[in-house]
Amino acid sequence: MADPTLAARLDVSGLGARFDAVTAVADLDLSLAPGSFTALLGPSGCGKSTTLAMVAGLLAPTTGDVRLDGSSLLGVPAERRPVSLVFQKPLLFPHLTVEQNVAYGLRVRRPAGVGTGRASRREVATQVEAMLERVRLGGLGRRRVGELSGGQEQRVALARALVLRPRLLLLDEPFSQLDADLRAEMRALVRELHDEAELTTLFVTHDQDEAVELADTIVLMLEGRLAGEGPPETFYAAPPSLAAARFFGATNEVHGLVEAGCFRGQGLLEGALTVPTTAPHGPAVLVVRPEAVGLDGEVPALVTATRFAGSDVLVDTALPDGQPLRVRVPLGARVAVGDRVSLALDPDRCSVFAQEAER
Amino acid sequence: MNGRWGGRLGVGLLVAAVLLPVLPLVVWSAAGTWRYPDVVPGRLTRRGLDLVLDGEVVSATATSLLIAVTVAALACAIGLSAGRAIGLYRFRGRRLVQFLLLAPVIVPGLAVTLGIQVFFVRYGLADTVLGVVLVQLMPTVPYAATLLGAAYANLDVDYERQARTLGSGPLRTFLTVTVPLLRPALVTTALLTFLISWSEYILTLLIGGGQVTTLPLLLFAAIGSADRTAAAALGLLVVLPPVLIVLLVARRLRGRDDAWMGLARG
Repeated sequence: MADPTLAARLDVSGLGARFDAVTAVADLDLSLAPGSFTALLGPSGCGKSTTLAMVAGLLAPTTGDVRLDGSSLLGVPAERRPVSLVFQKPLLFPHLTVEQNVAYGLRVRRPAGVGTGRASRREVATQVEAMLERVRLGGLGRRRVGELSGGQEQRVALARALVLRPRLLLLDEPFSQLDADLRAEMRALVRELHDEAELTTLFVTHDQDEAVELADTIVLMLEGRLAGEGPPETFYAAPPSLAAARFFGATNEVHGLVEAGCFRGQGLLEGALTVPTTAPHGPAVLVVRPEAVGLDGEVPALVTATRFAGSDVLVDTALPDGQPLRVRVPLGARVAVGDRVSLALDPDRCSVFAQEAER
Repeated sequence: MNGRWGGRLGVGLLVAAVLLPVLPLVVWSAAGTWRYPDVVPGRLTRRGLDLVLDGEVVSATATSLLIAVTVAALACAIGLSAGRAIGLYRFRGRRLVQFLLLAPVIVPGLAVTLGIQVFFVRYGLADTVLGVVLVQLMPTVPYAATLLGAAYANLDVDYERQARTLGSGPLRTFLTVTVPLLRPALVTTALLTFLISWSEYILTLLIGGGQVTTLPLLLFAAIGSADRTAAAALGLLVVLPPVLIVLLVARRLRGRDDAWMGLARG
C-alpha cells in the first residue's frame, strides 16, 4: 500500500478553463486515489494538457477546485505545490550539467523550518547521484546536457522531477518525441519508478496503447469534457459512450433500431443481426471491434476487400443493406474478394448506443 | 589540424582588419612633426603619452566609463522588460509599442534633446552625470529592446514553467533560468549599448553642458584646435574599448563554439 505521508489523493471538481470565447476544459471531475496510476487520455486539443497545467498551478482555472488530500491548491503558486511535472520536451537547462539539472529543485526549494540550502550540499549530491542511478544514468552526472541522447534527456527530466519526492507526479506526454523502442523502455521505467516511490501519478497521453499498458485507471477526455473513466478493460469490453468506443478503435458501426430490449440491424433479415441491449427504444448504433466478429455465424455479408495486417488479415465486408463491417481474422483463413460469408457477432463484445448519443 | 589553422588564419585576418586602420593613429600620436612627402614623422614626441596620463584625461576616462557602464546596465534592464513584452506577448497595439521603442533611432536625437533640455534644466538634471546617463538611454534603449525582444521571441517559455514546477519562484526563475538562456543576447546588448554610450558626443555636450566631460568631448576639442598629436592620442584612447571587445570576441570565437552576436546559435 502507498505511504500515506507521501502519495497524495487528488480531487478535481468542476474544473473549467476558458480563453476568451474558447472553452478548453469544462466541468471536469476527477479523483485519484493515493498511489494510483491514472492516464488522462484524449486526442490532441482535448484539454488534457490544460488540465495538467491547472493541477500544477501554471494556469488558474476559470471555475472549479483542485484539492490535494482535501486541501485546496487554488491560490498556491506552482513553486509551492508538492507536485512535479515532466513535460513533453525534456527542457533540461542547457547551462547546467546533468547533476546540476537534477539538483535544481533541491537547491531552489528551501524546506520550511531548519537549515538553509547551503547546509545540505553534500546531501544534495548524494540524493542526486542515487536518483541518477535509479533512472540508469549513474556516473553521467558531470556530462553537459547537450551530450545526451533523447532518451537520456527525458530520463534526466524524470530524475529532476522525482528527486523532489513529489506527492503527485504529473507527466505530460513525456515520451511522445521518442522512437518506439525507447518509448516502451521508458514506459517500463516510469511504471517501475511509480511503484517503487509509491507515487500518485497522472499521466497525459494521446496514445491509447500507452494508456492501456501503463495505467490502473483511464480517464478519457474529449473536447474538454470527461468522456469515460474506468480500468482499461472497460473501454474495450463496455465502452461508456460511442465516442469512447470510437477512440479505442471500435471502428465498426452498424445502424439499426432498438425494440423491446433488442437491437436489430437495418435492412437485415428478421433475426439475422439481433443483440440484446439496455439502450432505450429507438434508432441506435451498434459498435463492435473487428476482432469480435467471426466468420461462422448467420449474418450474410459480401467480402469487398482483404488486407494483410501482419499477424492477421483485415476483411472488409458489406452487409445486405450496404453497411460496411470490418472483420479481423487469423492468417490462413481462406477468404477472397467476392465471397459470400456469414458473420458472427459476439453479443458480449457489442455495445449499443442510442442514436442521439452521437454528435 | 587543417581546420584549426584555417580558423587561426581567419582570426588573424579579423584582428588585422580591426587593427590596421588604427595604425596611423598610433604613429600620429607620437609624431612631433610629420609633413608631406615624408613617409615617417620627422620627429617623435612624448607629448601624446603625457597628455593621455594627464589628470583631465584620466578623469574624463573615468567619467566615460561610469556613464557607459551605467547606461549599458540600465539599457539592458529596460530592454529585458520591454523585450519580454514585445517578444513574448501578443497584445493590442504591440506594433505601435514596437515602433515607439524604435522611434528615438528614427527621429534625430538632436531634435528631441533640444526639446527635453528645457525639462532637464527645470528638474536640475542638466550639467549632471545622471542627466547624461538618462539622455543616453535614448539612443541605446531602442537597440536593447529590439535585440532582447528578438531573443525573447526565440525563448521557449516552457523552461520557465518547468522551473516553477521545480519550486523556483518568479524572480529566482528569471535569474537562474531566463537570464542564462538569454545570455548571448544580453552580452551583445551590453557591449553594443556600452559602445554607443562610449562614443556619444552631441547628447553629452547638450545635457552635460560642458560640466560633464567625457573622452569624446576632449577628442572633439583637440580636433577643433588642429592639434593632431593630441587628437590622435585621444582618438586611440577612444577606440581602445571597441578594439578590446573585438579581440575578446576573436578569442571566444576561437576558444569555444558559442553563440555570439547572432553569428551562431549554440
